[in-house]
Amino acid sequence: MLLSCRWFSIEYWYLDSKPTENMIHFVLLISRQGKVRLTKWYSPYSQKERTKVIRELSGVILSRGPKLCNFVEWRGYKVVYKRYASLYFCMCIDQDDNELEVLEIIHHYVEILDRYFGSVCELDLIFNFHKAYYILDELLIAGELQESSKKTVARLIAAQDSLVESAKEQASSISNIIAQATK
Amino acid sequence: MASPSLMDTLFQRTLDDIIKGLRHQQAGESAFISKVVEEIRREIKSTDLHTKSIALQKLTYLNSIYFIDMSWAAFHAIECISSPNFSHKKVGYLAISMSFNESTSVILLITNQLRKDLKSNNEFEVSLALDCLSRIGTADLCRDLTPEVFTLLSSSKVFVRKKAIGVVLRVFGKYPDAVRVCFKRLVECLDGTDPQIVSAVVGVFCELASKDPRSYLPLAPEFYRILVDSRNNWVLIKVLKIFAKLAPLEPRLAKRVVEPICEHMRRTGAKSLMFECIRTVVTSFTDYESAVKLSVAKIRDFLVDDDPNLKYLGLHALSIIAPNHLWAVLENKEVVIKSLSDDDPNVKLESLRLVVAMVSESNVVEICRVLVNYSLKSDPEFCNEILGSILSKCCQNVYEIIVDFDWYVSLLGEMSRIPHCQKGEEIENQLIDIGMRVKDVRPELVRVGRDLLIDPALLGNSFLHRILSAAAWVCGEYVEFSRKPVELVEALLQPRTSLLPPSIRTVYIQSAFKILIFCLHSYLLQRENIADDMASEMLGLKSQGECSGSSALVAGKAPARQEQDEGFNPRDSNKSYEDLSIINEGDVSALLEKGFTHESIVNLLNLIELALGPLSGSPDVEVQERSKNVLGFVDLIKQEISNGFVSERASKIIDMVHDAFTEELGPVSVNAQEKVPIPDGLMLKESLADLDAICGNVQLPSSISFSMGSPFGESVGASVSIPQSKEESEPSSESTSLLAEHRKRHGLYYLPSEKNETLANDYPPANDPKSSDNTNDDAQDLVKLADKSLLPKRRSNHAKPRPVVVKLDEGDVVPFIAKKSDTRDDLLSDAVRDILLGNVAKTASSQSIISDKSSSKRKGKEKLNVDLPESREILGVEKPDLGNPSSRRSKHRSHGKEKSRKSPEKKNSDEIGDGEKEKQKSRHRHGRHKTKQRAEGPLNVAAQTPVIPDFLL
Repeated sequence: MLLSCRWFSIEYWYLDSKPTENMIHFVLLISRQGKVRLTKWYSPYSQKERTKVIRELSGVILSRGPKLCNFVEWRGYKVVYKRYASLYFCMCIDQDDNELEVLEIIHHYVEILDRYFGSVCELDLIFNFHKAYYILDELLIAGELQESSKKTVARLIAAQDSLVESAKEQASSISNIIAQATK
Repeated sequence: MASPSLMDTLFQRTLDDIIKGLRHQQAGESAFISKVVEEIRREIKSTDLHTKSIALQKLTYLNSIYFIDMSWAAFHAIECISSPNFSHKKVGYLAISMSFNESTSVILLITNQLRKDLKSNNEFEVSLALDCLSRIGTADLCRDLTPEVFTLLSSSKVFVRKKAIGVVLRVFGKYPDAVRVCFKRLVECLDGTDPQIVSAVVGVFCELASKDPRSYLPLAPEFYRILVDSRNNWVLIKVLKIFAKLAPLEPRLAKRVVEPICEHMRRTGAKSLMFECIRTVVTSFTDYESAVKLSVAKIRDFLVDDDPNLKYLGLHALSIIAPNHLWAVLENKEVVIKSLSDDDPNVKLESLRLVVAMVSESNVVEICRVLVNYSLKSDPEFCNEILGSILSKCCQNVYEIIVDFDWYVSLLGEMSRIPHCQKGEEIENQLIDIGMRVKDVRPELVRVGRDLLIDPALLGNSFLHRILSAAAWVCGEYVEFSRKPVELVEALLQPRTSLLPPSIRTVYIQSAFKILIFCLHSYLLQRENIADDMASEMLGLKSQGECSGSSALVAGKAPARQEQDEGFNPRDSNKSYEDLSIINEGDVSALLEKGFTHESIVNLLNLIELALGPLSGSPDVEVQERSKNVLGFVDLIKQEISNGFVSERASKIIDMVHDAFTEELGPVSVNAQEKVPIPDGLMLKESLADLDAICGNVQLPSSISFSMGSPFGESVGASVSIPQSKEESEPSSESTSLLAEHRKRHGLYYLPSEKNETLANDYPPANDPKSSDNTNDDAQDLVKLADKSLLPKRRSNHAKPRPVVVKLDEGDVVPFIAKKSDTRDDLLSDAVRDILLGNVAKTASSQSIISDKSSSKRKGKEKLNVDLPESREILGVEKPDLGNPSSRRSKHRSHGKEKSRKSPEKKNSDEIGDGEKEKQKSRHRHGRHKTKQRAEGPLNVAAQTPVIPDFLL
């Protein structure tokens, strides 16, 4: 127990030395069973740190009761989380950032997802993980909120989707494949 | 590995297949994954970009969810983004932004592709490239792509422009020189009419200003305008954050801004904005009474809200404001205390902080009672949080808030018994510390210690061992206040003490020894009294005898000591009179406990012999040595006092050891060394130089020869050590340098010297108990002493009800602290000086440009000055502030920024006044300085230096 504490503090020091340029350091989507559904890192974390962060945070957040506040103090940062159905949306911010604002961003993201998938559920995000990323990219850039209008995000995503679709159709036509293979 | 075939292409598994496959795997997930990765490795080599991109997408999925390594696929990702096909590009960019980092070797290969995409006509391609740059931008990438980003900052498409603004943050961070290029355009964006753009740019400034707020003071008018005009909560929150940083730097700005902030607070319904207003006021506008009042009123709304988030934030805001406006906390006392039993650990923690902040001299008893009760009910973790905060609050400033030490000591005892208590170390420190500082509390301290020692159950809890050690020490040291010393010895030697770690057992043994000495001594006194007088008068005389006994002890010490003790003794003897008078009233058994018969002494000696006997073979040297010492002593005394007769020799020995133990232990100040006057004729600096001269020749060869192991080296080594030993015998003669060195090295041993001076004829073993105690927990004692360095001599004779607490001598602390900060200041001011030089250079250069050609000024800049009448005022004030070294941050990249930002100051150049000439003079020097600084940075951009002004104006 003690040992793990000590180790914890060393690690904390390490994380703290990171340059923190962004408002949001990372975004996590974790299912109630502790499965990761989406991770987006705006500050540099090594693969090892990422796994550690996720393990730690899912332990802390999943064990919190439903009637508690949505903020967790963690290693000198604040993690704002909110549960939607079976999914926990978590965003990590600095101590002096506005927790309520981040809650709104989370809600905003969920609403956009909901609009895009039509009452979004966990399965949608499992099978369309890349789309969840694309939508997040429209919402946040470099850890900052860049688009506060749901409509605009929806429009942008739709436009890109159609672009992708037309490109795909062209690429995956049988003739194209055969041409590729017999080249 | 087989090369990808047509079959692979046609029957490639899609991402959906993988996901479905994974969902059907129950146990063999990892086997399945490794199979898939194998497939991917094959497919990704395909020349068909479609196949490749699907393989890459699958890999990205596995990486993001299962953390499968994908760094090996970096090159394939680059291939994908160079595809003309948008869907491939997208997959490629996603993979890159997930997996690339500074150390990815192929990262430089994407520079051209990024540039191409940044220039693309398709806004979505541009956006992909920008997103990617914002995630993975390295210094090189940012440097190479700065021109493209700059162009995009004025893109006609809002969608692209706002992304470019977002990317700027990353670019500035990685490549500070980009500031020179992009900053002006960024500032222009603040004027923009498009809310998206303003929102993005304010976000960027918010992050920038949090690093180095002072640089952004000149932009305050812009921010002010946004604060007043904007109705976008996202933007307002950011602007408030900026002002929270700027306001403390510029009082006039704060005065102006506070009213609009209050206005927002009254108006808004959005909790997030409301909270930001509150936080801004409580952090940066604490001087504005009305604003604080308003925000406290709003905080109250938060506190009573059902939403746990608001409650938490309300408490949080209160804890920010507590140091400045405690009344705000007191007003909400009830809510705060109620929150202590909240379900949410975060809320509990915040309210604990607040409750502790409310503690004052008048309410400490009540609040601690409440807290201890809460701690009994709460889970171990929070229980210890509570105990820890009580302990740290109460010992603040040498127990400033404690009036009734008897109460506090018994509280410490009570806290030790709380089942979850893990604060042993802290309680130990405080018990000992209070014992040394507060004389009046010692009887109570001994009582508390006795209760702890006597309870065999406590010995089983390893968290309490430290406390028991303190209790044992206290009981041994202040045994004269004990009613039943024999009982203490029994407690100290009870069989369950075998559960203690050896380091604490040694304290037990030593304490038992001290008590034994006390008992023997009292027995001797008693015998003398009986001899002197007859039994009828015994009671009164005995107490007197005790009194005289103790004053006789005191008489043996230095005059200074005696003085202190005089203040104390009357009380002491009063106490013992009281005790005895109680006894007189009829409790004969109590008298028997205090008085010793020959039989009881022999019993005591036997008990000790019995208990310590086995320990003389203990594997721990400390335990072994101490028990052997005690056993030897017991053996000696036993022979001498047989048959009810005490030999002269024995009583002498007992007297002497007793004298040694009654020597009061005072803590030694950490900086006591400084108080030791430097002897006349000891010239530290000079002689140290001599030392170099003397040893320079000798030491070098010696170290070499040592490494070779030659006999010659050894002889040299000996010759080096000889002067040192000589010097000890004749310190003030030629080798004062060596003495100085010696003192420096062994400074520790000189610490008690001052004490020894004042306590002239100490019997050598007097320091024995102290040093032995010290060796027990060296580190811990050091900490204790460091925290509470104090002078044992100082004692004020306050007529206050509060007992005298030995405190830090003011003179002691101040130089110590001052010294510390001095060194830090030095470092800081060095850095600051660098920066300041940079500033001067910058203003100078921009001024020169201005004076060159007024026509070269662009509209943008003029607008800044003209549109905003306040700017001049603010700038005028800001200038002198620049001279203030302490507040400058030494950020490398702040230079460039400041430079471009400062240019609007030109109009104020007349106001700048005195520093002007100097600046102009230093322009040349200054330019050199700049290049040097840049060279220190990650990139060598010296070549760009002359270009800067062009970009600027």
